[in-house]
Amino acid sequence: MALAKRIIPCLDVDAGRVVKGVQFVDIKDAGDPVEVARRYDSQGADEITFLDITASSDNRDILINVVEQVASEVFIPLTVGGGIRELSDIHKMLGAGADKVSINTTAVKNPEFIRQASEHFGNQCIVVAIDAKQVAHDADNPRWEIFTHGGRNATGLDALEWSKKMTQYGAGELLVTSMDRDGTRNGYDIALVRRITDNVSIPVIASGGVGTLEHLAAGVIEGGADAVLAASIFHYGEYTVEQAKQFMADRGITVRLQSS
Amino acid sequence: MARIVIADLGTGNLRSVSKALAFVSSDTEVSITAQADIIESADYLVLPGQGAIGTWFNQLNSDTALKTAVSRRLNDGPVLGICLGLQALYDHSEENGGTQALGILSGRVKHFSTHPQHQIAGQTNAGKTGKLKIPHMGWNQVSKCIDHPLWHGIDDNEWFYFVHSYYVESDIKNQVMGECQYGNRFTAAAGSRNIFATQFHPEKSQHAGLQMLKNFINWNGSF
Repeated sequence: MALAKRIIPCLDVDAGRVVKGVQFVDIKDAGDPVEVARRYDSQGADEITFLDITASSDNRDILINVVEQVASEVFIPLTVGGGIRELSDIHKMLGAGADKVSINTTAVKNPEFIRQASEHFGNQCIVVAIDAKQVAHDADNPRWEIFTHGGRNATGLDALEWSKKMTQYGAGELLVTSMDRDGTRNGYDIALVRRITDNVSIPVIASGGVGTLEHLAAGVIEGGADAVLAASIFHYGEYTVEQAKQFMADRGITVRLQSS
Repeated sequence: MARIVIADLGTGNLRSVSKALAFVSSDTEVSITAQADIIESADYLVLPGQGAIGTWFNQLNSDTALKTAVSRRLNDGPVLGICLGLQALYDHSEENGGTQALGILSGRVKHFSTHPQHQIAGQTNAGKTGKLKIPHMGWNQVSKCIDHPLWHGIDDNEWFYFVHSYYVESDIKNQVMGECQYGNRFTAAAGSRNIFATQFHPEKSQHAGLQMLKNFINWNGSF
């Protein structure tokens, strides 16, 4: 009996539609986030994350509507990220049925926001998303820095120091994405993930770069992650969440396997 | 039509609980309220809650009518407590500098970090420091301790979704309905007479959770 490592499929949503073409053969509308979420749920996903990639204010209401619909029929934890700027944004997302919100740019601009959000809503629903890029490759002294706006804006913040600070400010979980690996399918930046998991006391989700099931297992075994997030390997129907879990179980990782 | 009432004590994702209950029942009316008369007359009462227990009790204690209604309703008719709704039933919680709770079940609520920590065999729930990650967040297995109508159709060691930093240490064995392990064993489900309460979130625990909610609606509150 032990806490299972979680597998979290991530949906990038733009104006209420899933982007990065989902290719399930047997669903009617591959762009419909509700249908895609339903599919991942039936495959045994432990959680689902929605990232609003445009995050304009018009699209916010569309996303809230999506979350409401998904939460009416998918009964696993739902995380929503992208464009969370105010406490009222969090309130709306939780009200629609989200369990957690993921906050990135706003945390960098105003770290106190994380403190306020966690005091107000409880740290269990505050995920801080960390987009990091390696800036020094010196083997003895590697360094990763935090970037915002999809990796375009440097902040000069050290990834490890930032992770510790966000933990102190009340983050309940960290979503660590390697901007070097994101979209490459070359696997997680294990050194980055390990650096953070070894030094913080809250759960860490590894993200960015998954191309094979081996990468998911490595995120847990080598990176020490509590959960692994992936988008494209599930979207393109290469693997089901079920296959990913079976693979991890075979590698000795505790996962929640459906009894039926 | 049976009326299921979710008590709104100002914390947590009440919407999910309501949606899950609506999903498993057809001829019921589900409402979320802090109104005393509606709570007292509910056919099924759900006491949910996430976040800080202090906030939960502030809300309850600031409204005398609400407090009276909840106390009366806890004496009779099926009640389901979820997360803080379990912890609030005990004598005392360490949270928020020490919080006096309802004292219906016997035991106390402690922070995970106050317990001797050790690594779970073969697992890496603990970081390099050897400390458990807090909150205890994710899916864990629950072993059934007592056969109860709410366990109907649910396997022993089934997975449920947890998210909490404080846990219950029970004093009375026959009030413990299920146990879980995170560092140490703790009370995952408890109850007495017409009350059943869980540390995990049935509304977020997929099939097993929905089965439990279905069982709750089919329960007459006697045990």
